[in-house]
Amino acid sequence: MTQPAVELSVDGASVTVPAGATLLRACQAAGVDTPTLCWAENLTPVNACRICVVEVEGARTLVPACSRVAEPGMTVLTDSPRVRLSRKLVVELLGSSVDMSRSAEFSRLVSRYGAQPERFGPKALTVAQPVKLDNELFVRDFARCMLCYKCVEACGTDAQNTFAIALAGRGFEARIATEHDVALPDSACVFCGNCVGVCPTGALVFKTEHALRAAGEWRESEQTVTDTICPYCGVGCTLSLRVQDNTIVRVTSPSDSSVTQGHLCVKGRFGFSFVEHSGQHKP
Amino acid sequence: MDLRAIAAMPTDAEREAVDGVLGPAGEDLPTGLRAAKTHRTLLLPGLHALQARLGWVSPGGLGYLCGRLGVPPAEGYGVASFYGLLSLRERPAAFAHVCDDIACQVAGAEQLCAELTARLGPAEHLPHRADAPTSATRTAARWMRSPCLGLCEHAPAALVSVAGPEPRACAFGRASVARIEAALLGARPDTPETLLGGEGPRRLLARAGAVDPSSLTDYQAHGGQRALRCALELGPAAVLREITDAKLVGRGGAAFPTGRKWEAVARAPEQPHYVVCNADESEPGTFKDRVLMESDPFAVLEAMTIAGFATGAERGYLYIRGEYPLATGRLAHAIRLLRGEGLLGPDVLRSGFAFDIELRSGAGAYICGEETALFNSIEGFRGEPRNKPPFPVQSGLFRKPTAVNNVETLVAVLDVIRDGAAHYASVGTAASPGTKLFCVSGRVGRPGVYEVPFGTRLDALIQLAGGVAPGRRLQTVLLGGAAGTFLTPDELTVPLSFEDTRKRGASLGSGVVFVIDDTVALSPLLRRLAAFFRDESCGQCVPCRVGTVRQEELLARLATGGSFESRNAELALLDELGQAMRDASICGLGQTATLAIQSALAKFRPHSGAKP
Ligand SMILES: Cc1cc2nc3c(=O)[nH]c(=O)nc-3n(C[C@H](O)[C@H](O)[C@H](O)COP(=O)(O)O)c2cc1C
Ligand code: SF4
Ligand code: SF4
Ligand code: SF4
Ligand code: FES
Ligand code: FES
Repeated sequence: MTQPAVELSVDGASVTVPAGATLLRACQAAGVDTPTLCWAENLTPVNACRICVVEVEGARTLVPACSRVAEPGMTVLTDSPRVRLSRKLVVELLGSSVDMSRSAEFSRLVSRYGAQPERFGPKALTVAQPVKLDNELFVRDFARCMLCYKCVEACGTDAQNTFAIALAGRGFEARIATEHDVALPDSACVFCGNCVGVCPTGALVFKTEHALRAAGEWRESEQTVTDTICPYCGVGCTLSLRVQDNTIVRVTSPSDSSVTQGHLCVKGRFGFSFVEHSGQHKP
Repeated sequence: MDLRAIAAMPTDAEREAVDGVLGPAGEDLPTGLRAAKTHRTLLLPGLHALQARLGWVSPGGLGYLCGRLGVPPAEGYGVASFYGLLSLRERPAAFAHVCDDIACQVAGAEQLCAELTARLGPAEHLPHRADAPTSATRTAARWMRSPCLGLCEHAPAALVSVAGPEPRACAFGRASVARIEAALLGARPDTPETLLGGEGPRRLLARAGAVDPSSLTDYQAHGGQRALRCALELGPAAVLREITDAKLVGRGGAAFPTGRKWEAVARAPEQPHYVVCNADESEPGTFKDRVLMESDPFAVLEAMTIAGFATGAERGYLYIRGEYPLATGRLAHAIRLLRGEGLLGPDVLRSGFAFDIELRSGAGAYICGEETALFNSIEGFRGEPRNKPPFPVQSGLFRKPTAVNNVETLVAVLDVIRDGAAHYASVGTAASPGTKLFCVSGRVGRPGVYEVPFGTRLDALIQLAGGVAPGRRLQTVLLGGAAGTFLTPDELTVPLSFEDTRKRGASLGSGVVFVIDDTVALSPLLRRLAAFFRDESCGQCVPCRVGTVRQEELLARLATGGSFESRNAELALLDELGQAMRDASICGLGQTATLAIQSALAKFRPHSGAKP
């Protein structure tokens, strides 16, 4: 049975999307560039960051495009003064509390919305904290964590089904944690690195990358990316190997890969770094 | 699923506490994902049991609980760390929560906290404060500050719990160092009866104070169960019609028509349906639901049964905030009596209608009063509100059609059904028929719960409550609650109805009338409100998680004169922030967190340097 189509208006243009499609999809169909931070193709929307809000005629508040389902006859505005103000404030609130400097998308949004995170003053509370180094494969630098929930989803039902990490605490002190904040090697973590793969801010980074960056030797312009098929088992996952100076510095998988949806296991993710660093699986 | 057990082995006490909720370990619960979904609703009751037995949620206890329920330990920890009444650090068995919220602040809570510090040592930091010690730190603190405990008419208030094999909890007003110390040693400080006042017909408070809340016979002697019998005779369709005709409007803050809500649930094709009584009452300054549940528990349960009958639900959940031990005890007792008499169970009043009620306790989280956060809390997840749509009438508790109502809304249902919609509307205004409960507290002669017809003027209500003390001048009234509006003395002529308050940019909220005279400094009050929202934000969405912090910082700058910009620039910034929070936050908490504060800053100049 073919899905019935839904017709709606986005910024004055009429667009048609399949039933059940989100407003984000409708915006894409209308050729409107809608920013997202906590949304990802391969994860269930959590609609937490609110950068994607749009105005729907008749609605009391703005609505998140990434998760709101399109309805027939909706009139959607994506660049109204209300939308611009909210998006600007979301950028400023994030920028004033989290180190977003590793997100290219974020810098783009700062200019696009004329955001000035410094408006909240030099003493604005931040999530600054020491980097967590508790295993040989990746580091957790939560001063960069924007609480997009992506790592939790990747560790849970959306990919890994390990549930090693979850949201803990409440309000501004909400954070990503293992039970009782135990070190990752003492938790259920199987070091698949899927959380690292989805993290948009650099809060979760592979140790190789972290070390190179700390030494000031991370040179993105000199890096090459090569796709290959993982040799470890018969599943045939696509691996994207990022190489600098003949060293593999990051292993990811394309999120549109039909085999992996962007997710890998410990062997594909870290197998290469084992070879090069002769590190152990579990520290 | 790969669940790794937390290393620590459970002690006997930890096992006992958990097994007391889940049954003996021998008959182990099935494991695996499917089972985890059904048993997970027992997570919060299990956490409560550990807290009550040990005084904290220990790693061994949490690991054992999670293992038996098939809940990943990280998620169990994430849930436990969400709630203010659960401690993840070891604590002395006897522990006090001392309210320093608005009504208690104007009744001397700061002085009390200073005295307590001198006598008992420093307070424990709120667990979710940035400057809190890490979770590994042991604390010997014997008390902590608390948001509103719903005892504002007896401010200042405290809640003391003593953990052990026979745990005790006691909430009391007129708190003093001596009374708190006595409670820590096991005494039960008394609280005076709450003053019940008002004008016009007494409907919602008809039995309160007159009926024995522990006796079903006495309840029936006071007309109890007549509404249920009427409803069973009328049939569901006629009950729905009466509620709609009565134009009954919800009293939980959102002012939604109850008839429309119930009809939507009754019509929903998906099964089963649920009814939920929202007794989380945590809006600062609100205590009417507590008084109803303590003084007339059978009425709340009778009304839930009618709601179940009308909406086609066989199961109701009553979610009551964890800070109300007396009301919880009375409701639990009432449910037992009703089951014994066949008024709850497989065949209510031999009508063929099956209905039962489960009592669930919150654990210290204002946000769990938001209906979808409440569902998540019952289901054993963090109390994070869900995005709407879908609305609860389509997808609520356990993702099934759910009618959720405030305690007062439900009690009003009894009058509508027993006496008919026309009689119900014989008082009140055309758009807001009937009577309404108000929680009058602050600097008035006779704080208490007042029942008046909708449309009564605010100044008349304040007069009923004794007005401000002789020689004092009324400075302002906070109407509606923390998310309400500050009114000037000129604005007190407003009739208390949904439509009249809305016209003036205010709202009835949860029925808070917090009176402030000229002895009270506004600045600390506003900062306490800002701190409340910051502490109670669930943290899920950026506008509220960070926005409530920025609002608090901004007020601190205004108060201390540490402004890095001019006052006007600060107010303009707050304006923009408030607009974005209203527009882009997920739920009502973030959407309304700046309203009261903005109204005060616009109408008064509490931080302009001069006297407040
Ligand atoms: C942050 C927040 C807290 C709330 N707390 C309560 C509460 O404690 N009690 C309540 O009845 N409704 C509360 N509500 C409103 C509920 O979401 C819901 O609208 C209400 O329970 C519906 O009942 P009613 O239709 O009878 O008013 C709260 C809403 C928000 C946004
Ligand atoms: S590495 Fe894999 S198992 Fe470990 S926390 Fe990340 S997603 Fe979960
Ligand atoms: S660690 Fe990264 S992926 Fe996880 S919540 Fe923070 S920013 Fe998102
Ligand atoms: S508005 Fe605040 S309380 Fe509501 S979902 Fe967002 S962070 Fe949570
Ligand atoms: S992308 Fe939609 S809320 Fe984050
Ligand atoms: S009990 Fe303290 S403010 Fe309500």
